[in-house]
Amino acid sequence: MSKKDTSNTDPNTTGHVWDGIEEFDNPLPRWWLWTFYATIAFAIVWTILYPAWPISTKGATPGLLGYSSRASVAADIERYKQANAAINKKLTTVPLDQIEKDPDLVSYALNGGASVFRTFCAQCHGSGANGNKGFPSLIDDDWLWGGTIDDIYTTISHGIRYASDEDTRDSEMPAWADQLTEQEIADVVQYVRKISGQKADAAMAKAGATVFGDNCAACHGDDGKGNRDVGAPNLTDRIWLYGGDVETLTQTVTHGRKGVMPAWAGRLSEAQIREVAVWVHQQGGGE
Amino acid sequence: MLNYIKLIVLAVLTLLAAIVANFARDLPYAIHMIIFAIAGAATFIYVLRHTNDPPRPEPSGYNDAVIRAGVIATAFWGVAALAAGVLIAFQLAYPHLNLSLGGGYFNFGRLRPLHTSAAIFAFGGNALIASSFYVVQRTGATRLWGGGLAWFVFWGYQLFIVLAATGYLLGVTQSKEYAEPEWYVDIWLTIVWVAYLAVFFGTIVKRKEPHIYVANWFFLSFIVTIAMLHVINNLAVPVSIFGSKSVIVLAGVQDALTQWWYGHNAVGFFLTAGFLGMMYYFVPKQAGRPVYSYKLSIIHFWALIFLYIWAGPHHLHYTALPDWAQTLGMVFSVMLWMPSWGGMINGLMTLSGAWDKLRTDPVLRMLVISVAFYGMSTFEGPVMSIRAVNSLSHYTNWTIGHVHSGTLGWNGMIIFGALYFLVPRLWNKKELYSIRMVSWHFWLATIGIVLYASSMWVGGIMQGLMWREVDAQGFLVNSFADTVAALHPMYVARAIGGVFYLTGAVLMAYNLRKTVTSVEDKTTPDAAVAVPAE
Repeated sequence: MSKKDTSNTDPNTTGHVWDGIEEFDNPLPRWWLWTFYATIAFAIVWTILYPAWPISTKGATPGLLGYSSRASVAADIERYKQANAAINKKLTTVPLDQIEKDPDLVSYALNGGASVFRTFCAQCHGSGANGNKGFPSLIDDDWLWGGTIDDIYTTISHGIRYASDEDTRDSEMPAWADQLTEQEIADVVQYVRKISGQKADAAMAKAGATVFGDNCAACHGDDGKGNRDVGAPNLTDRIWLYGGDVETLTQTVTHGRKGVMPAWAGRLSEAQIREVAVWVHQQGGGE
Repeated sequence: MLNYIKLIVLAVLTLLAAIVANFARDLPYAIHMIIFAIAGAATFIYVLRHTNDPPRPEPSGYNDAVIRAGVIATAFWGVAALAAGVLIAFQLAYPHLNLSLGGGYFNFGRLRPLHTSAAIFAFGGNALIASSFYVVQRTGATRLWGGGLAWFVFWGYQLFIVLAATGYLLGVTQSKEYAEPEWYVDIWLTIVWVAYLAVFFGTIVKRKEPHIYVANWFFLSFIVTIAMLHVINNLAVPVSIFGSKSVIVLAGVQDALTQWWYGHNAVGFFLTAGFLGMMYYFVPKQAGRPVYSYKLSIIHFWALIFLYIWAGPHHLHYTALPDWAQTLGMVFSVMLWMPSWGGMINGLMTLSGAWDKLRTDPVLRMLVISVAFYGMSTFEGPVMSIRAVNSLSHYTNWTIGHVHSGTLGWNGMIIFGALYFLVPRLWNKKELYSIRMVSWHFWLATIGIVLYASSMWVGGIMQGLMWREVDAQGFLVNSFADTVAALHPMYVARAIGGVFYLTGAVLMAYNLRKTVTSVEDKTTPDAAVAVPAE
C-alpha cells in the first residue's frame, strides 16, 4: 500500500499461475484507496450526526442533529397545519353555501373531504361514492333527505335513524305483512313497477293503485314521487335503494326497511364534516 | 455396494412421497409430492439400469459432463426467464393481458416471482454452478470431488427450480421476495446446497495448485453465505407436514429486516460475489492477459464480503424500522462503493495491453460491457441507499431500472460471454458456429438494456415526483391512477427493450446449438489435467 511505484508499464507478476492465468503485483490505485477512505470517513461522521449505534437496550445513540423520521413527518404536518390555520378557521365559520364561492376554500374542502370520504364513508357508499344495495349512490341527483349543501351537512352530522343522536333524521318504511293481504301486496308491487316504467301486469297494477292510494301515498305522495321531509324515496325514477325487481319490491313492502347511517358529529371535527359535505355536494348531484 | 444403498434410499423416498401425496391437504402440495415421487422413480430406474456400467473417463481428465448439462440448462432457463419477463412487461403496459391468460393462472402476481426466480436462481444459479465447477477444476488442476455428487447437485437443483416455478403458478408462496418457495422446497434446496458446498470445497481441498485462485474465494464466499441466508430467512413452522402452508418464525419488523438482510445479500453474494468469481476467470482467459492487481483482489474481496452483509436495511428506509438501523444500512452501503469497484477495476484494467481485441472479439466485448454495467449499478446502488435519494426512488420504477441494469447488464452479459467461451471447449469444437451472430447478440442485448434502463429511470423519477407533488395547501396533486396512466409509454418502451434482449438470447441459443451440431471437432483435444505450475 505504501509502495511509491504506481506506474503499470512493466509491473511484475506475483509468480502464481492457474490454468495459464497470471496476476500482476500492481499496487492499489491511489484514487480508489482515497475514495474508500473518504466513504469510511463519511460513514463515521454520519453516524455521529444521526441516530446510529445500538449501544443499550434502551435505544441507540440519538445523533448530534437530533433527527428522527417520525418527528420530521410530524413537523411537516404541523407546518401545513399552521399554513392552513386561517383557511381552516374560515371553513368552519362562513355560512355553508358560501364555501363553494371561494376558490381557495373549495379546493381546501374538496381535498380534505375526499380524504375524509375515503377513510370513513367509502366502506358503505363505495370508493367512488356510487353506493351499494341499501346504501345510496351519492353521485346522482336522486336524494332521499335532500341534496342542498345544508341538507347533506345535516345528514352527515346527525345520521339517519341513529338512535343515540336526538336530532337524527327519523322515519320508517313499515312492514305491511299484517295490514295487507298477500294479494294486495302483489298488486301494489305491480303498480309500483308500472309507475316506474317497468313491465307490469295491467289488471294487478290497477287494483294496486287503490292499495297505494290508501296506504302508501301518505309518505310517497299521490304521484309516487316521494317526500324528502320523511326520507320517502321517489318511486318513479327507476333509481332503487334496494332494487326494483318483483322479488325485492315484495320483500320491501312485506317487511319494511330501516337503513341506518351513523351520526358523525363528535366523531369528525366540524371542519371535516363541512369538507366531506362539500365533497359530496360536488359529486354531480348537488342542488 | 453404494448402488444398492442408493437404490434403497431412492425407493424409500419415492414411496414416502407417494404416500404423502395421498394424504395431502391441498392440491399444489399433492402435485409437488407427485413430482417428487416421479423424480425419485426416474432416478431409481436410471441407477438400476446403469449399475454395472464401467466408468467413462473424459479425455480432459476433468468432470465436464455435468458442466455440459449445466450449460444447456443455463441457456434453456435463460430464454425461459427472459420470455416470462417480456410477458409480464407487456402485462404491465396492457393490463387486460392479465385476465385473458389461462383463467388467472398466468396473471402478473403469479408470473412475477416466476420471472425473478427463473432469472436469478434458474438462469443465474445454473450458470454459477456450471462455471464454478469448470473454474475450480481448471484452477485447482484436479477433478471434481465427490464423483456422482456433482450430478446430484445438478439434478437436485433442477428439481428445486421446477417445484418453485410450478408452486408460483399454483399459488404456493410464503410471500418473501426472492424466497417465495414454501418450507418443503426450502428443505430440499438446503440439502442440494450442502451437497454443492461439499463438492466445491472438497475440490478446493484436493487441488494440486499451491494457492487458491481469487475466483474460488468469491465462489466459496457465495456458496457459504447463501446457505446461511437461506436457512435463517426461511425459518418456518409448517402448519401440517401434509400441507404446503407454513408460518414464518419471526414477525413484524424483525421479519422484514431479516427478509431484506436476505434479499440484499442474495444480490450481494449470489449476483455479485458469485459472478465476480466468473469474471475473475473468464475475463483474463478471454483477454489472454494477467489479472491487473493481486493486492486489489485481496483488499476488495474482504472489504466486499465484510460490508455487504450490513447493507440490507436500506431497503426499509422510512418504514417501521428504527432510524438507527436505517442510518447504519445507509452508511454501510456508501462504504460498499469502492469495494464493489475494485472488481470493476481489476476486470477493466486486465485489458490494458489488449484493448485492441475488443474490435475483433465480440465475446470479450460482452465480458467488458458486463463489467462496465457492474460498475454503473454498484455506483447507483449506494446513491439510491442515501435516505434523501431513497425517499424519491423507493417503490418507483427507478428501482426496477437499477435492478435490471445490474441483472441484464452485468449478470446476463457475463453469462452470455461465459457460455460463448465454454461451449467450444466443453464440446471440443474448433470455434463458435458464427461470430457475426455473437456480434448481433451483443448489439441486440445492449440496445435492449438501454431501452429498458432509460425508460425505467425516466418513468421512476417521474413517478416519484408525481407521488410527492403537493399543492400550496399541502394536498397531494396526483392520484395513484394518474401515475399509472403517465407511465404507459415507458412501460411499452421497457417491454420493447425486453424483446430486443430476448431476441439476442434466442440467437445465442441457436448459435450454441449449431456450434455443438455443425462445427468440426478440434483435432487435438485439450491436454489432460494441467500440471500444477509450481
